Amino acid sequence: MIDYDYLRPDNLEEALRLLKEYGPKAAIIAGGTDVMVKIRNTRKAPEVLVSIRGLNDLRYIDKAGDYRIGALTTHRMLEESDLVKTELSALYDGASKVGSVQVRNVATIGGNICNAAPSADTAGPLLVLDAVVFMEGPDGKRSVPITEFFTGTYRTVLKREEVLTEIRIPGEMEEFGSAYWKHSRRKAMNLPILGIAVSVKMDDQIISDVRIGLTVAAPTPVRAYKAEDFLKGRPLSDEALSEAGRIAASTECCSLRDSLRGEAWYRAEIIETYVPRMARLAAERISKRRSK
Amino acid sequence: MKKVSISFTLNGNSVTAEVPETWTLLKTLREYFELTGAKEGCGVGECGACTVIMDGQAINSCLCPIPEVEGRSVDTIEGLAGEDGTLHPLQDAFLKNNGVQCGYCTSGMIMSSKALLDQKPDPTEEEIRTAIAGNFCRCTGYVQIVESVEMAAKELK
Ligand SMILES: Cc1cc2nc3c(=O)[nH]c(=O)nc-3n(C[C@H](O)[C@H](O)[C@H](O)COP(=O)(O)OP(=O)(O)OC[C@H]3O[C@@H](n4cnc5c(N)ncnc54)[C@H](O)[C@@H]3O)c2cc1C
Ligand code: FES
Ligand code: FES
Repeated sequence: MIDYDYLRPDNLEEALRLLKEYGPKAAIIAGGTDVMVKIRNTRKAPEVLVSIRGLNDLRYIDKAGDYRIGALTTHRMLEESDLVKTELSALYDGASKVGSVQVRNVATIGGNICNAAPSADTAGPLLVLDAVVFMEGPDGKRSVPITEFFTGTYRTVLKREEVLTEIRIPGEMEEFGSAYWKHSRRKAMNLPILGIAVSVKMDDQIISDVRIGLTVAAPTPVRAYKAEDFLKGRPLSDEALSEAGRIAASTECCSLRDSLRGEAWYRAEIIETYVPRMARLAAERISKRRSK
Repeated sequence: MKKVSISFTLNGNSVTAEVPETWTLLKTLREYFELTGAKEGCGVGECGACTVIMDGQAINSCLCPIPEVEGRSVDTIEGLAGEDGTLHPLQDAFLKNNGVQCGYCTSGMIMSSKALLDQKPDPTEEEIRTAIAGNFCRCTGYVQIVESVEMAAKELK
């Protein structure tokens, strides 16, 4: 029999107090699209669910120097935001591909990264946008770069009594164009076989800075640093992009595995194909924005 | 098991449900209010048979814990037809275009389509397909469903 107490604090202080009071018995629920599915599939639930859906202060997208996104912002809000679509395009690409409209209407960006599935569709975009994750707990506030947030499959640095409050993207990222490719068998309602995110900063035809993020390519979402180093300072040419794709697909950058959804050799080919394509799309997007 | 008392607006009427705290909105609709239009296909957000509209947005009622419905406004397929039984243009269009075969997906399809048309009265085919991407139909092949939504959009204009 599934049984739990469902608590609905309406502010962060109260939520933190409840998490502290119930300790290991409690778990946070936001949109519930991972939590409710897990309860149903495992027929097990924590004793107490602390719902943070009433924390309306944590639902926002704005730009004041840095870009700031509240943890409870839904994928639907992200996909409908012009700011996200034009300036954080990879995040638009990711959020707009999560599940269905029904799922995106309730599922949150905070829940997506706290759940830390290797396939999380906002993880790759956040990696290439240099996101910083803000958390609050009994010992106060802290933040970590997204590159340090994921510690394993379904594992993060978040402590049990902490709430993720905000995702911040440095204002300098406005000079980058970005793009994310979710590779899956169907157009909708499917988890990615692989996710590839790229952001680039262009100095005329030269790639002056670049980030490459891969998901479902290792136990956690990863940056392909070696491929980035190779690309920096090179022209946006087929040769340079193909070589970057090869480096990104190699064991220097990821650890591809065979799984039900795709075999390792296939995943490598997808990386080799889509790193160049996403880099070109990202470059095209920034040049379009610049010329406006 | 602890019961809760949840008050909300259901198809325009103020209601209160006294149900176990662990029930979902879907279970409450079907077993407390005996509104069986919303169906359970998968119970985990995949199929859309349980789609209802909450505060103007299509959601999977199977994933919605009932305490989250307190103070909200929920619309289900049962609230669509007029008092006198006149069908909503979407219902009418689904019937006329063979958008319905076994019918299991239909209430969800119509609620997703209604949420779309309420926000975008003149959707493109692509927008219709996106709006119903989370509604699985194992009978019709979707073409008649998309045509039904297009017809209803014209009718509503
Ligand atoms: C049908 C279906 C399709 C899906 N398709 C996709 C897809 O295509 N791509 C994809 O990436 N995901 C997909 N998902 C998974 C899910 O929708 C996303 O991961 C979603 O973003 C989770 O957000 P949520 O608010 O619903 O999280 P919840 O289920 O509420 O929480 C998820 C986890 O994060 C924790 N948590 C949530 N918010 C916080 C916070 N602020 N602070 C601390 N901890 C927190 C919870 O304790 C829990 O462990 C799908 C799910 C379903 C049901
Ligand atoms: S029953 Fe809710 S989505 Fe299938
Ligand atoms: S009509 Fe049978 S599932 Fe759609």
